[in-house]
Amino acid sequence: MSDETNKNMSKEALWGGGRSPFGVTYGKMMMWFFLVSDALTFGGLLVAYGFSRASSTEPWPIAEQVFRALPGLDGEYPLIYVALMTFILIISSVTMVLAVEAGHRNDRTSVLKWMGLTIIGGAFFLGSQAWEWSHFIHGGGGGFLLEHPVTVEGDDGITYQMQAGDVVYMDHHFGHLMEQHLNGNAQVVLEAGHGHVSLTDHSDHGHVVELHELTINKYVAGETHVEGFKMYELWESRSDSYTFGANLEESEYAQQQAFSDFFFFITGFHGFHVFSGVVINIIIFFMVLKGVMDKRGHYEMVEKVGLYWHFVDLVWVFVFTFFYLI
Amino acid sequence: MERDDLIVNDSYALNAHHDDAHGKILRKKIYFVTILLSLITAVEVAMGVMFKRGDTFTWTAIKWTFVALTLVKAGYIVMSFMHLGDEQKNLRNAVVAPYVLFILYLTYIALTEGFANMAIDNLMH
Repeated sequence: MSDETNKNMSKEALWGGGRSPFGVTYGKMMMWFFLVSDALTFGGLLVAYGFSRASSTEPWPIAEQVFRALPGLDGEYPLIYVALMTFILIISSVTMVLAVEAGHRNDRTSVLKWMGLTIIGGAFFLGSQAWEWSHFIHGGGGGFLLEHPVTVEGDDGITYQMQAGDVVYMDHHFGHLMEQHLNGNAQVVLEAGHGHVSLTDHSDHGHVVELHELTINKYVAGETHVEGFKMYELWESRSDSYTFGANLEESEYAQQQAFSDFFFFITGFHGFHVFSGVVINIIIFFMVLKGVMDKRGHYEMVEKVGLYWHFVDLVWVFVFTFFYLI
Repeated sequence: MERDDLIVNDSYALNAHHDDAHGKILRKKIYFVTILLSLITAVEVAMGVMFKRGDTFTWTAIKWTFVALTLVKAGYIVMSFMHLGDEQKNLRNAVVAPYVLFILYLTYIALTEGFANMAIDNLMH
C-alpha cells in the first residue's frame, strides 16, 4: 500500500504507530467510545424503567393522559407538545449535520450559520423541557383521596366501585384554587351547600369557580367524568388527604412513586446532556468565529461536537418512544 | 482477507474534504433523512393518539410498530447524521456490536424478571 506513505501527517495524529487503526483520529474514536458508554447509561435507565413498569402491580399512568397540555391553551392536546419538542430536536440535529458538511468544504460562514441555528434549537428544547417539568410538578388540578367506599355511575354509563384511598380528580381551574385554599390562603373561600360547591377568589375580584364535575380513573384508563348528585356524594366522601402534582415524595399521577421518579431522572439526565451540548456548541462556535479551525486546516472539532449533539437527539428518540408512546 | 486498517485515499478523517458539487449531493441526502424522520415521528404520534391503550392485540401490534419505527429512526441518525455508515467497517462493528449484544441481553433479562416479580406479587395478595 503506497497510499499511506503519500500522506503528510504527523505521527501523533496517526497514533504514533504510523497508521490509524480505524481510519479516524484518536479524538474522534474516543468520542465514539464515550458515546457508547453514555448510550449504555441511558440504555440502563430505560431498561430499569421497563423493569419497574413490568414489576408494578399498581396501574401505570398513560403518558398520553398525563402529557396533554399546551402553553397558554385550555384544551387537551395529547402528546402534541412532546411531538413538538421531538421535532425541534430533530431539526437542530439537521442544522448540525449541515454545519459538519459545510466544515468539510472549509466554508466558515456556513458553519457559523448552521451552528448558530443548532444552538438556538437546543435552547428552544431546553425551554420547552422547563415548561414541561413545571407543568408536571404543578399537576393537572390534583385530587382528593376517598375516606370510604362509594359506588358511582360515570358519564360513560358504567358503574364504578370506588374504594377508600382511591383518588378522585378535580378539574384544573377548581383544583389549583383548592390547593391555595388548603394552603391557608384566606383570600380563597370555599362555599359548599346542598348541590353547590364553589371557590371564591377575593384576590381576583371575587372570581367564582364552581365544581361542575369530578373525574375518576384519570391517568390509568380512559378518564370518566362524574356529574350531578353522584359528584356531590364523591365530594362529601373525601378524606383530609389531597394530592397535587408530583415531586420526589408524592405524585397525583399514580399510586406508586416510580413513574414520577423515572420522569424526573430520565428526562432530567437527558436535559442535562442537552444543556452541556449547547454549552460545548457555543464554545466551538466561538472557536470557529476566531478562525481556529481555518488555522488547523480542518473542521474536525465541529464533527466531534456534532457527534455528541446527534447522540442527544438519538437518546430522545428512544425516550420519546418508551416513555411517552408505549 | 482484505485489510481495512490501512489509510487509503481519503478514508482518513482529517482528509474528509469535499467540493461544492459533492456537497450538493450530500445536502440532498440530509434533507431526505430530515423529511423521513419528521414523517415517522408524525405517524407515531398519530398512532399513539388514535388507538386506545389496553391489553388488546391491536395495541400490542402498535407497540411493536413503535419499536420498529424507533429503530429505523435510530438507524438513520447513527448511520447518516453521525456518518457511522461512511466509516470503516471495523469502527462500525466496534461501536454497534457490543452495544446491541449487551442491551438485548439486558432488556430480555430485566423484562423477564420484572414480569415474574409482578406475578409473584399478585399471587401473594
